[in-house]
Amino acid sequence: METFVAAIIGGLGTGAVYALLAVGFVIIYRTTEVINFAQPALMILGAYASSALVSQAGLPFWLSVVVAMLVLALVGMVTERIALRPMIGRPSFSAATVTVGVFIVLLIVAFRLIGPDIITAGDPWGLQTVTVLGATVFTLDLAKIVISLTAVAAVGLFLARSRVGLAMRATAFDQETALAQGVKVGRMFGLSWGISAGLAALAGVLVSSGASGVDATIALVALKALPVIILGGLDSIKGSVIAGLLIGIAEGLTKAYQPEFVPWLGANFDLVVPYLIMIVVLMVRPYGMFGTKEVIRV
Amino acid sequence: MSDVRASERTLRGRPLLTTRYSDELKIFTTATKRNWTIVLIAVTAALPFALERDLVSLLSTVFVFAIGGIGLNILTGYAGQVSLGHAFFLGLGAYTAAVLGGERSGGVVGLGLDMAIWLPLAGLVPALVGLAVAPLAARVRGLYLAILTLGLVFIGEHIFKEADWITGGAGVGRAPAEAVLFGFDLFAAHEILGYQLDRFTVFYYACFVIFVVMAFAARNLARSRFGRAFAAVRDRDVAAEVMGVNLLRTKTLAFAVSSFYAGIAGALLSIIFGRITPENWNLFLSIDFLAVVFIGGLATISGSILGAVFVVMLPKLVEEFSDYVPLTSDVGQGGLFTVFQLQSLLFGVLIVVFLVLEPRGLYGLWVRVRNYFKAWPFSY
Repeated sequence: METFVAAIIGGLGTGAVYALLAVGFVIIYRTTEVINFAQPALMILGAYASSALVSQAGLPFWLSVVVAMLVLALVGMVTERIALRPMIGRPSFSAATVTVGVFIVLLIVAFRLIGPDIITAGDPWGLQTVTVLGATVFTLDLAKIVISLTAVAAVGLFLARSRVGLAMRATAFDQETALAQGVKVGRMFGLSWGISAGLAALAGVLVSSGASGVDATIALVALKALPVIILGGLDSIKGSVIAGLLIGIAEGLTKAYQPEFVPWLGANFDLVVPYLIMIVVLMVRPYGMFGTKEVIRV
Repeated sequence: MSDVRASERTLRGRPLLTTRYSDELKIFTTATKRNWTIVLIAVTAALPFALERDLVSLLSTVFVFAIGGIGLNILTGYAGQVSLGHAFFLGLGAYTAAVLGGERSGGVVGLGLDMAIWLPLAGLVPALVGLAVAPLAARVRGLYLAILTLGLVFIGEHIFKEADWITGGAGVGRAPAEAVLFGFDLFAAHEILGYQLDRFTVFYYACFVIFVVMAFAARNLARSRFGRAFAAVRDRDVAAEVMGVNLLRTKTLAFAVSSFYAGIAGALLSIIFGRITPENWNLFLSIDFLAVVFIGGLATISGSILGAVFVVMLPKLVEEFSDYVPLTSDVGQGGLFTVFQLQSLLFGVLIVVFLVLEPRGLYGLWVRVRNYFKAWPFSY
């Protein structure tokens, strides 16, 4: 029972971060129909920015997280303006390949900034643990759940209630109609990249806090948000939250039980679980659980 | 009868004027193209005598990348199915070759068979796996497919790491297949017709021959009814279906052929690497091949070859010129970037620049140059 609770809470922690990243992917996909493969690099840069602000500028942790999110939002907007805006009207896979190029560039910049030493995120949780339902869990996992879901809720509220959010949804729904209503569609593209990069930065801080430290290998975590958006559907925020948590739990349970019960699947099997789930889901539902089925017409 | 002769006479001076569909589908549409291809093949065959050894070896890598790039171009450029999973199929080919043609040593299996057996099978096994994946891939469209194939790379890497009796396991690796064709070692020094050829030159010719055969095969496929079906599926899959193109069969064929090319490329690449670990076949290798296709130009065989030259030669160029670039330095000497970082950075920047400014890639640049001189001096 204790193992089970610990696995579930650890999984929910991981899953909440996936959800955070997935929402970033979905926001960009909905407005521009591009999957942003540069998200992992933005995430690492965010983690680095926050950590540098804590350790070098001496800012308090919370403030530096917010500043890092703003800095990355700016990076995201600039990237969109330079590399993605000219791709409007081109096939979406060309634009997606552009983001692959951007990914490499930003990843190298991140490598250069981080350097050979491991730097810590400067988070207040460290390796503290608390007891929940008799199981010992990391405070970090609880923090991941609370912070991620709060951030996602805030973005959801922004999209649902604010004027700008309405404009963004209009852009996602139909760009030309949105233009005709006076929405500045280009600015909405930039904004979606800004929000997405900001969320990625927050996710980066959460992933790199605790024992892992700021390291380029955390890029792999962001790539696991891709199965999440497939599972949830590329254009559904609700879907990505649910799918993120589900995949997180599946990963946590695999990590806890697979080495004991099915050891022949090999070490670190939990790392490929998201992709396996994705493949199974695609066999049954090609547009994920909540994705809008593309209407095909001649 | 006399009409045909008359049209042939008028065609002599006007290669762009075609009066029959079969003329447009020729493997070389003009005599100029055919002649230049022959010249290029002759020059490439003579190159090892003019170049230094490390460049010869690098050119072998170019051929291998071109084979893999052509394979991905058939899938992505001609059939329009974006795949990030190419590295998985390369790995599959490499390990098929290694098991069949490698030596048994230190816990890894190896049958030590002849290259005439392992080379075709190194293509066929990935092609069969491609066949198995294709029905699933044919269900999803566009970017869903890109992510699905991304998953393939990660799952493949996990399988490669776990199957240590085949691959030697993570970080350890194994020796690749041995390139012995009918008892003749293609990766050893030989004396042929009085010329002393070192092992890199011999292997250069081996790769070159395989590359030329596969490039022509791909060109042939592209102009066949299957090639036209690929293009139809890419341009508008619904319209293609209405015209009687079987979507599932076409996509499956594209996947299988692409995986076959990838497998052959993987097997040859493993010999160039010298020792292969499961980590070789990761996402970044897929991105390399994606860059070959996109930088070279979608849906052209010659573009993929140009792309392969570019992607393989770029690191070498950066290395050569790094002394003249003020920003670079060796690790820890305080420069802005190391040479390796600059290579990757440039690579990423170029993917973006090409896609934004010249979507037809290097091939598009070539077409521009060609058209300029075609009408010279009245090019406006």
